[in-house]
Amino acid sequence: MLNLTPDEWTAIALSLRISIVATAFALPFGIALGWLLARKDFWGKTLLDGILYLPLVLPPVVTGYLLLISFGRRGPIGAFLDHYFGIVFSFRWTGAALACGVMGFPLMVRPIRLALEAIDRRLEDAAATLGADRIWVFLTITLPLALPGIIAGAVLCFARALGEFGATITFVSNIPGETQTISAAIYTLLQVPGGEALAARLVVVAIVLSLAALIISEWFARRAGMRFQGE
Amino acid sequence: MIVLAVDVEKKLGTFKLAVRFEAAGGATALFGPSGAGKTTVVNMIAGLLTPDRGFIALNGTTLFDAAHGLNVSPHRRHIGYVFQEGRLFPHLSVRQNIDYGRRMSGRPRNAEEFARIVELLGIGPLLDRRPRLLSGGERQRVAIGRALLMRPRLLLLDEPLASLDSGHKHEILPFLVRLRDEAKVPMVYVSHTAAEVRRIATTVLRIDAGRVTASGGLELLDKTEADYPE
Repeated sequence: MLNLTPDEWTAIALSLRISIVATAFALPFGIALGWLLARKDFWGKTLLDGILYLPLVLPPVVTGYLLLISFGRRGPIGAFLDHYFGIVFSFRWTGAALACGVMGFPLMVRPIRLALEAIDRRLEDAAATLGADRIWVFLTITLPLALPGIIAGAVLCFARALGEFGATITFVSNIPGETQTISAAIYTLLQVPGGEALAARLVVVAIVLSLAALIISEWFARRAGMRFQGE
Repeated sequence: MIVLAVDVEKKLGTFKLAVRFEAAGGATALFGPSGAGKTTVVNMIAGLLTPDRGFIALNGTTLFDAAHGLNVSPHRRHIGYVFQEGRLFPHLSVRQNIDYGRRMSGRPRNAEEFARIVELLGIGPLLDRRPRLLSGGERQRVAIGRALLMRPRLLLLDEPLASLDSGHKHEILPFLVRLRDEAKVPMVYVSHTAAEVRRIATTVLRIDAGRVTASGGLELLDKTEADYPE
């Protein structure tokens, strides 16, 4: 249809892979943190809440730079992970996924937290009297009731990951086939004289992917919400 | 035979509750005005609220003993609780709601027991519906079925008819009487309505301002005005 070149397909596939991996890895942390913020009062909660939203307000270049000095090969965390687990982030697609996950995280946590706060906790009490321990209450009552919020959070994170540019390019650069996502590919094309026409095709792809993500999420959220309304 | 022994104290803000009673089998009514602390007492029996001081035992097993730091968590007490507002799980069908206690206990399905309780409460036609689509009376019958199917050692009913209009009250009352006589589960029934208590209770405890002010048989009701106001 658009007659995309293999390089363009590579960028698209890479963008999708990075976004999916970023969202999947962020999700358990997002649920845990959302639950913590919704249910627990502890010292430093306000501070944690603030730090959580930092990637949303910081210039993405700053977030990328902070990732570079902490998760880069010579950064304290990066060196540790490389030495003991053989996990390397710098200039790899995994690093792009890390950057995208960090950037999408605040957007993911917020709807999850709101959904958890909206749950009628008396239902959890009822489940406890019926013999469910705390883990089963969470799995069979809390989690399904929060599902629309969890889906919304996952989709927002995915969408943010798909469009991430600044933090990714700062942290893992712009290497075709490894870290060059759709955004980075568009940026590269626009740097070349006469590249606009080529960039336009990727722009269309970006629009289509983003729209599809929104439509799918809307469908999921509606389905999850409908379960509470009846058949 | 004493089924339930309760001797608890709890301070909630300026409200001080100190309740002590023993209940045999049958249906024991906690009868008193709103705000007397009746729900607080059943919440403590269920384990949803921790007393400041005291002791709770069911069938000779201690559930709570402040002196020895013992507090059995609600999910291990095997006490069925029918809440005033039903509290059915909105994301599960009626069938899954009723079956929830059995699933959590890990017991195998027992079709006969299931059918018997569904028949007793007349909820057969509702099994595949979602709670939101039920009327108030239907919802309470499902809530009773859910509490029964977990095979409770004791059934707590907290104003199960309070949110219903009088027509639906008459729909539920006969089920509760059958429950008392056929299922033979000891019951603690919270109410501020004399007429309800008269139909269901075998023993009456009058509760006022956080204390038991009288206990005895149905004759206690004759000495009080018909109903306590809401």
